[in-house]
Amino acid sequence: MLEISVIGLGLVLLLADLFVPAERRRFVGYAAIVALGVLLVTSLSGNGSCGQFGTAFGGMFVNDALSLFFKQLFIVAVILVLFMAAEFSDKLAEGSVAEYYSLIIFALAGMLFAASSNDFTMLFVSIELITITFYVLVSFQRSKLQSLEAGVKYLILGALSSSFMVFGIALIWGTTGELNFDNLSHFLAQNPEVATSQLFLLGVLLVLVGLGFKIAAFPFQIWAPDVYQGAPTPTTAFLAIGSKAAGFVLLLRVLFTAVPSVTAHWANLLIVISAITILYGNLCAIPQRNLKRLLGYSSIAQAGYLLLGVAALSASGQSALLYYLAGYVFTVMAALFVVTLVMRQLPTEDIGGLAGLNQRSPLLAATLTIAMVSLAGIPPLAGFFGKFLLLKAVIETAQATGNHGYYWLAFIALAGVIISLYYYFGVIRAIYWSKQPADLSPIELSSPARLSIWVCLVGIFWIGIFPNTLLNITNLAAVALGR
Amino acid sequence: MSILTYIAGWPLLAALALIVVPRNYRVIIRAIAVLATLISAVLAVKMFCQFIPGANGFQFEQQISWVESLGISYHVGVDGLNVGLILMGAIVAFAAALCSWEIQTREKEFYILLLVMTGGILGAFASLDLFFFYFLHELALVPTFIMIGVWGRGEKKNYATFQITLYLSIGALIALIGLIALYLQSGANTFDIPKIIEHAKTNPLAVNAQNFIFPLLLFGFGILVSLWPFHSWAPLGYGVAPSPTAMLHAGVLKKFGLYGLIRIALPLLPQAAQSWAHVIAWLCVGNILYVGWVAMRQKDLNLLIGNSSVAHMGFIFLGIASLNLIGVTGAVLIMVAHGFLAALTFALSGYIYKQTGTLQISELGGLCRKLPFIGTALLMAAMAGCGLPGFANFWGEATVFFGAWKMFPAITVIALWGALVIGGIYMTRAIRNILHGPLPEKWDLLSDASNVWRKLPYALLLVSLLVFGFVPKLLTEKINPDAQKIVTMVMSQGSTAAPAVVISAPLTSSVLADVASAKAPAAGALPETVSIGNRQLAIENK
Repeated sequence: MLEISVIGLGLVLLLADLFVPAERRRFVGYAAIVALGVLLVTSLSGNGSCGQFGTAFGGMFVNDALSLFFKQLFIVAVILVLFMAAEFSDKLAEGSVAEYYSLIIFALAGMLFAASSNDFTMLFVSIELITITFYVLVSFQRSKLQSLEAGVKYLILGALSSSFMVFGIALIWGTTGELNFDNLSHFLAQNPEVATSQLFLLGVLLVLVGLGFKIAAFPFQIWAPDVYQGAPTPTTAFLAIGSKAAGFVLLLRVLFTAVPSVTAHWANLLIVISAITILYGNLCAIPQRNLKRLLGYSSIAQAGYLLLGVAALSASGQSALLYYLAGYVFTVMAALFVVTLVMRQLPTEDIGGLAGLNQRSPLLAATLTIAMVSLAGIPPLAGFFGKFLLLKAVIETAQATGNHGYYWLAFIALAGVIISLYYYFGVIRAIYWSKQPADLSPIELSSPARLSIWVCLVGIFWIGIFPNTLLNITNLAAVALGR
Repeated sequence: MSILTYIAGWPLLAALALIVVPRNYRVIIRAIAVLATLISAVLAVKMFCQFIPGANGFQFEQQISWVESLGISYHVGVDGLNVGLILMGAIVAFAAALCSWEIQTREKEFYILLLVMTGGILGAFASLDLFFFYFLHELALVPTFIMIGVWGRGEKKNYATFQITLYLSIGALIALIGLIALYLQSGANTFDIPKIIEHAKTNPLAVNAQNFIFPLLLFGFGILVSLWPFHSWAPLGYGVAPSPTAMLHAGVLKKFGLYGLIRIALPLLPQAAQSWAHVIAWLCVGNILYVGWVAMRQKDLNLLIGNSSVAHMGFIFLGIASLNLIGVTGAVLIMVAHGFLAALTFALSGYIYKQTGTLQISELGGLCRKLPFIGTALLMAAMAGCGLPGFANFWGEATVFFGAWKMFPAITVIALWGALVIGGIYMTRAIRNILHGPLPEKWDLLSDASNVWRKLPYALLLVSLLVFGFVPKLLTEKINPDAQKIVTMVMSQGSTAAPAVVISAPLTSSVLADVASAKAPAAGALPETVSIGNRQLAIENK
């Protein structure tokens, strides 16, 4: 099975640390990338792959179109993160690179489990597997105070949210006696009075608190900017993509598989959370000068846009969410890859460090520009079509339900887009039109870095211009969720 | 492949090609841009000539399915409404590429953006799919902001960039919500405009949905077109923009919102269009009268042109609001004519700015002596702006007034006054102060457009204005049948149709005949102006 091979790969990497000489550790990463590539291909087809749909372990573990979509997303993201880590390896502590790789792989295993979890136990275990490896990944630059500080912050808030979540799961189990998502929804359908009991609703709410922490939605977003800024850049990328996507797949499963009857009543709550998350992220990003911190706030805003798809409470909303997420992977990867390469020699990630980038490396300058433009949602890039689908889903629900809150949500999302133009274009301006660039030495790109940047660029354009294939996949996944 | 795909595709392809050209090959970069827009313009002329007026349905159609599950397809085609706009857009783009010699820094990026803008806007006009219609417009809009922000001039550059970005993004996004709501509400489950219209004939949209969507489109598109009171971005933005950008935006891109109203909002939201018509009519008084007055007070030539361009939008809105054949035909006619005119005036003011470094009217004077060609062209542009017969604008404004009279006599009177008196005052005053009078000593070294290439863009735009001024039939015979279809759709579903409008239907043909017969004497009535212009042109060409 895919998950077992991934854990095996992590263990092999850990062992490889003992045998491979220090100066060749970089290649351990490339070996891991090749192995993951093989896993990605085999996961698509063949016997026992996750292309085979069904459930396992008494319904705890499910393979469907949704889990398949997310598993492929996670593996692609991790491959790109490993490329980035290989570029970043010289900034990590001496001799610990292979450890870093294996931690990433373990987090990947957690995400793969999350994609397939169909039970609250599974949900908790996979989330803990992800979060605990991230505690280490965030504070991996042991000599850097900021990284340690970020790690401590993440640890404290993460532990708090985990405890909320356990408490919530306990309440759900206490009131219903069910942990499996499918059984729970059957139980609720048969006992509608439980679905309205205060204790049960509190339990669901507390689980949502835990998941809200993972996706950095308001009001659990406080950690994101600090941790994004302090963490090593590959960790930031992984956090922004993997951890967030894992949070979203679990959120979708809980809301639409486990407690659909409750979700239907919480439309207004979801609308408000989504709207505030969008506005908070975008408004707070305006004054930021640190690029990673800016991306931290921007990721909060992006979580808000993704929540539009959840709030729409429809298959087209879920499909739009998945679509947006796929575009988001490549966009954020591209942006943080450039940050990794450009800021490698600099002490901080101030926006001023981008000055003269178009002369130092036109490819990197163009990549960061395209990533920013895509995040802002301008055609013909991935972000535009994703936002278009999300807006369409929201307005569709508005017309179907007659809930005027959805129209307001659509307008707030648009206001967010307009606000975001300001700071995204600020980054672009820093690249091309800074006053006096201090350093004009060209930036050397290794060929793996060049390759992965091109992969990101092709992904951004492909998803933006040829939406057909991906949209069919996300539609299938959304159908699987609503089965 | 439809010829339309080539018209919009060549500039985009050239933009891609420019990415790989090294930045020091300036001549090659420029040649590629000019060549690509030239090919587009030639193809557009060819398409315009091959267009069969009054043929049923769309011509030069092409459809490629894009996203089946949403019903999005790449669908282009022309009918009488957009054939003239595409021709105008392609010619203006060519002129703008020629005028871009004034850009001296970062030329490569500038030409790439210019070509993307050209391809986007031509594609948007050709597009018959709601999604691509919006998508390509947005593709053209973003380069505008960057071009103003980077190559703009003057101290207010950053403020103007900020303002125009904010206004136009808001406008575009409001329109986007309207378009999505329209798509969902129509129930046709396709973004294909002809199919939605076909579907709406049998299943018209509910009136309350119409009344919700129409204002979204009206104000969304209205912001893009600088409808009063959302116009304040326009004069300043154009004042700061480099002239090729101002030419393309004021001339072509701005017409997108108007075209969207006519193509999409009127046929699909007929009842709402009728109930909102008087609102549009009163708002356009703001454009014509208020902005006209503002224009009178301007001391800077570009601000004056910018305000006058906003004022001209009022006539187009008035034509749309009149909701009858003559009014809508006139609106489309002005859209084409104003495209040439706005491009011409911004090109000329750009030339003067490049030469003198200022556009303050008080500092200029007597320029006609040093710049006979540019001066004459500016004079003719000003005359066209006042709506003098012989230029294409006259026909547009005249038909709009004929059309609007039946619906809004009071407003038409105000608008006429605004067009003839106010427009006349600020235009002639500017001409007097800039071109005539004593020549300040500091301008002794000015040089006129020196060779054919430099003169070509101005001459081309002037000739286009004159051609459609003398033979407006070229356009009206194409616009008429399709405007008729739109108007029929609005009226057939109108429950609140005013009696005056119903009477207007049989009258339309006779009034058009009047207008057409008035053409001959009007053209003869002003031989002086025209021949002066021609003589001047002839002298310059020696």
